[in-house]
Amino acid sequence: MNRLNALFYKDGIWAFLMLLPNLLGFLVFIVFPVGATFALSFARWELPADPEFAGLANYRRLFEDGVFAKVFWNTIYFSAVSVPVGIALSLFLALMLDQKIRFVRFYRAAFFIPVISSMVAIAVIWQWIYNPEFGLLNYVLSWFGIRGPTWLTSTKWAMVAVIITAVWKNLGFNMLIFLAGLQSIPDTYYEAAAIDGARWWARFRHITVPLLAPTTFFVTVMAIINSFQVFDVVYLMTQGGPARSTSVLVYYIYQNAFQFFDMGYASAVAYVLFFVVLFLTLLQFMRQKRVGVFY
Amino acid sequence: MGINRRMKWLAHGVLAAGSVIMLFPFIWMIATSLKDLSEVFTYPPRFFGERLKFENYLVMTERFPFFRFFLNSVKVTLIVTAAQLVTSSMAGYVFARLRFPLRDGLFGVYLATLMIPPQVTMIPNFLLMRFYGLVDSHAALILPALVSAFGTFLLRQFFLTIPSALEEAAKIDGCTPFGIYWRIFVPLSKPAMATLGIFVLIGTWNDFINPLIYLHTESKMTLTLGLANMQGLYSTDWPALMAATTLSILPMTIIFLFAQDLFVKGVTLSGLKGE
Repeated sequence: MNRLNALFYKDGIWAFLMLLPNLLGFLVFIVFPVGATFALSFARWELPADPEFAGLANYRRLFEDGVFAKVFWNTIYFSAVSVPVGIALSLFLALMLDQKIRFVRFYRAAFFIPVISSMVAIAVIWQWIYNPEFGLLNYVLSWFGIRGPTWLTSTKWAMVAVIITAVWKNLGFNMLIFLAGLQSIPDTYYEAAAIDGARWWARFRHITVPLLAPTTFFVTVMAIINSFQVFDVVYLMTQGGPARSTSVLVYYIYQNAFQFFDMGYASAVAYVLFFVVLFLTLLQFMRQKRVGVFY
Repeated sequence: MGINRRMKWLAHGVLAAGSVIMLFPFIWMIATSLKDLSEVFTYPPRFFGERLKFENYLVMTERFPFFRFFLNSVKVTLIVTAAQLVTSSMAGYVFARLRFPLRDGLFGVYLATLMIPPQVTMIPNFLLMRFYGLVDSHAALILPALVSAFGTFLLRQFFLTIPSALEEAAKIDGCTPFGIYWRIFVPLSKPAMATLGIFVLIGTWNDFINPLIYLHTESKMTLTLGLANMQGLYSTDWPALMAATTLSILPMTIIFLFAQDLFVKGVTLSGLKGE
């Protein structure tokens, strides 16, 4: 009885019991699928047929698949434009918010409402804004004598339209992280610099930029990772078109897996995405090891 | 400090202009939802119609099962949020406080999965659901979302900051580890739990790709998928579409406006994710 009693207060028993539900879900829906996708990427499995071993066939196919090349390129294009533009704008806005001004709560809310709205809702609104004949955007452009393009149905401009909407939606999120980073810089540094006669630009250049660098690096890596996972905005606004001009990696994974039911090939494409994200995460991790902890 | 004052005016100018760009699409959405269909296709675009047609909202709910979608979303979102809070806080407590073999190694595996894109686990999860005949059911959305490595990590980090003196006293009084979790850690971590809860709430409410993959029957669709579906069916009836869109973002907007500070904290905390 005494031994049973002692057991009752043992960490190990409770750890096991309290961890069990979490661990089960974790193993079944996260750990197992990561391995399964890897295994599937070496299989030929077109539903509803049975899977068979295919060796490296799926990965060889990646190199010959012109669509994959285009999709990969489109993803890089999306990332290379949306990340720098988004970061520059959100940093700029955070700097403005950090001026100890009034109405900060209002501004913050205004920039954050797109972040919490569903992409479905935002796509509905922006599709109407992009409407070439009756849309708001081309109307505003006409004030400046510019004849706006057909946006979402133009192979040249559809990706630009997608990028504008994506940047607009996520601006508030990165702005808040930058703001937190800015507010963690002690005021005393700025006061000391002001006493030494440093102008605004000098203070920004020699205090803000270096001390904000870890935040900037973190936000940038996260933004690149997220940009490689873009899907909703593309699916909802352009369906990857016109002529695949906005098809991105995840859209292609979705198509192969859930429209063509080619599970093996979709898994191989998913692993390409995985390795890109892995590489970027390690980059962030190594830098943290080198520079030390921040926040 | 003349330069300081000028900076403030500049800041107000930039932020006010930015706020207009952020909010105007939503205002335009509401304005369009109150127009007559004939007033939508006008050039130049006009802000108001002849009169405000509030009945568009009623027409919309008659035309498509808005309330069904809404209830489906509420159901899935509430179950997932509650479940994640329970599983994450219990596991977070275990990782933060209890001693057992391989604890840190196991936690390392949890951490490592944080960087795995959800698209990597999507395909086997679908095959699993298909195998068990759960495709086209809410269970397919709920089951994989009952557990979150991120939530576990977030709450563990918070629990580590709770001083251990409190539980020492409880231990001496004969409290079990679960009792300590339930009576000390849960009450003390309400802000952290609320932050995680709000994040899960929004993420689940706005989730699109999972409903898209799993749900086919209209009566089972969540709001995001139903709205996207409706757009395909009534792509020209912009007032009705905008009315549905307005109602769909209303709940999260209201929650956000009431809990703005929690959001801000959550975003800053999620900045810790890479640490």
